[in-house]
Amino acid sequence: MGKTFKRPESLTDAHTHYCPGCTHGVVHRLVAEAIDELGIRGRTVGIAPVGCAVMAYNYFDCDFQEAAHGRAPAMATGIKRVRPDLMVFTYQGDGDLASIGMGEIIHAANRGEKFTTIFVNNAVYGMTGGQMAPTTMPDQRTTTSPLGRNVNEVGMPIKVAELIAALQTPAYITRQTVIKPKYINKAKKAIKQAFTYQVENKCYSFVEVVSTCPTNWGMTPLEAVDWTEKTLLSYYIPGDYKVPA
Amino acid sequence: MAKVLMKGNEAIGEAAIRAGCLNYFAYPITPQSEVAEYLVRRMPEVGGVFLQGESEVAVGYMLFGAAGAGARVFTTSSSPGISLMSEAISYLAGAQCPAVFVNIVRGGPGLGGILPSQGDYFQATKGIGHGDCRMLVLAPASVQEAVEMVMKAFPLAEKYRNPVMILGDGLIGQMMEPVEFPDDLKTEPSNKDAWASNGMDTRKSKTRNLVKSLFLDPAALNENNLQLKAKYDRMRKEEVLFEKYNADADYRALIVSFGTMSRVCRTAIDMMKEEGIEIAMLRPQTLFPFPEEAVADACQKPSCTHVMSIEMSMGQMVEDVDRSVKGHVPVSWYGKCGGEIPTPEEIIDVVKSRIA
Repeated sequence: MGKTFKRPESLTDAHTHYCPGCTHGVVHRLVAEAIDELGIRGRTVGIAPVGCAVMAYNYFDCDFQEAAHGRAPAMATGIKRVRPDLMVFTYQGDGDLASIGMGEIIHAANRGEKFTTIFVNNAVYGMTGGQMAPTTMPDQRTTTSPLGRNVNEVGMPIKVAELIAALQTPAYITRQTVIKPKYINKAKKAIKQAFTYQVENKCYSFVEVVSTCPTNWGMTPLEAVDWTEKTLLSYYIPGDYKVPA
Repeated sequence: MAKVLMKGNEAIGEAAIRAGCLNYFAYPITPQSEVAEYLVRRMPEVGGVFLQGESEVAVGYMLFGAAGAGARVFTTSSSPGISLMSEAISYLAGAQCPAVFVNIVRGGPGLGGILPSQGDYFQATKGIGHGDCRMLVLAPASVQEAVEMVMKAFPLAEKYRNPVMILGDGLIGQMMEPVEFPDDLKTEPSNKDAWASNGMDTRKSKTRNLVKSLFLDPAALNENNLQLKAKYDRMRKEEVLFEKYNADADYRALIVSFGTMSRVCRTAIDMMKEEGIEIAMLRPQTLFPFPEEAVADACQKPSCTHVMSIEMSMGQMVEDVDRSVKGHVPVSWYGKCGGEIPTPEEIIDVVKSRIA
């Protein structure tokens, strides 16, 4: 009997450096499966962020570029404009996309650049050691909000999917999560749909994935799943915000 | 070939197309917005790519992405915009990707002014991006020279897999001069399959290409830097360009001046010659690599008692001149900022007072 479950071709066999309970591993796999199933690995270029996934190029087995912090959507724009036949995706965290890169993501999405964005939102800056993010929840403690996020001082967290969905041009905007199998199945469908739209040259696609960061939340992986379900998902509500006609 | 009267900014745009670069990303900024206004019409005529990005920051990275995917690409901007591209240029250098940048320099620092300046010399030649990052810097003194330097910049960027800069100024951008586009300066883009992220299928390869500048392992990062240094050293050997003016005479002083400032100096030299005062000029055409040896040689002339750097700045190139002269004769500087361009008469007065 043959193997029924194996590593996607679009993933290398490198051991990732991600923490126990981190959801990057799951998201990487879903993206790789989509690339495999659509048969596009040979013409895919991924763009790695600055963040925990900075070395995503060690884990995906396709061409990759490494962006400066926040600039992946601009790099993706450059690639797609000169090589529209390449399948381009940006893989970004909340600091990268929602803080320093906010200008680039809004404008690339607004121009309708036909690439795909995977936005891993875990409400904190992981790689740099747990500072506050634009997506950090009210009263959430981080290393730069040790007494909890004070919304009177720094405002409420940003709902990026809704923000981009408020623009007229972007056509596929969805928010997913991967903390349990029932969510993973939906996320897989959404991610594959996003890449399918690019294969069809249809539109810009944005998939926000609400994720865990047990290490910087100061929780165990199971506590992190719990907190995500109770607190994050009631603010960052999963669902399709925009679907092409 | 017939000459055409063209505005510098438009000629620069046309030069890129004639050089075989069909991809332009840019952001408007005075005094070079006419390049985009020209290319938005011209690029579609040649099947090229034109995009006005949302900021110079974004434009720098559009260039990096496109260059990393193997395309020939360029942008134009002016001083504050170039500052915004500084990080992207460092990334291009670190990841060893080619791209061409044209700086139509305006007054600074800060918002400064919109008139010509040469105040970005330090930025271009010494501090264009963080880390051990250099750019080959070409300095045209006329619209024709700008055209030729733009056309040569693309194969140079590909030869070195490094960003290249044309350091113009507001005069170069705004003047209209007769121009021709030499056919023999058109080049084919080099094959980039060895390193570009242009898709494994494109290369018929089973191994991926990574365009990156991160090397967390110290030995690996040191190795990357040694590779970059080797390129910069090679530039110093192979790419130095300069012109001398009135250097056969027994000149009493040597003026070092680049770009449009050198044209005013040339007039001053001609006027002094009529009075019987011989002055020569060395005009660097590459600012990095700087013509150190040529300056050192030129100040050896027994009759030469003084070297003067004349710049539209508060004195930047003078430091490279000083370094090249090595104390052989006194070195001084003269210049002005704000778009106040020194006149030939001013230059004559200053030169006379310095050689007295």
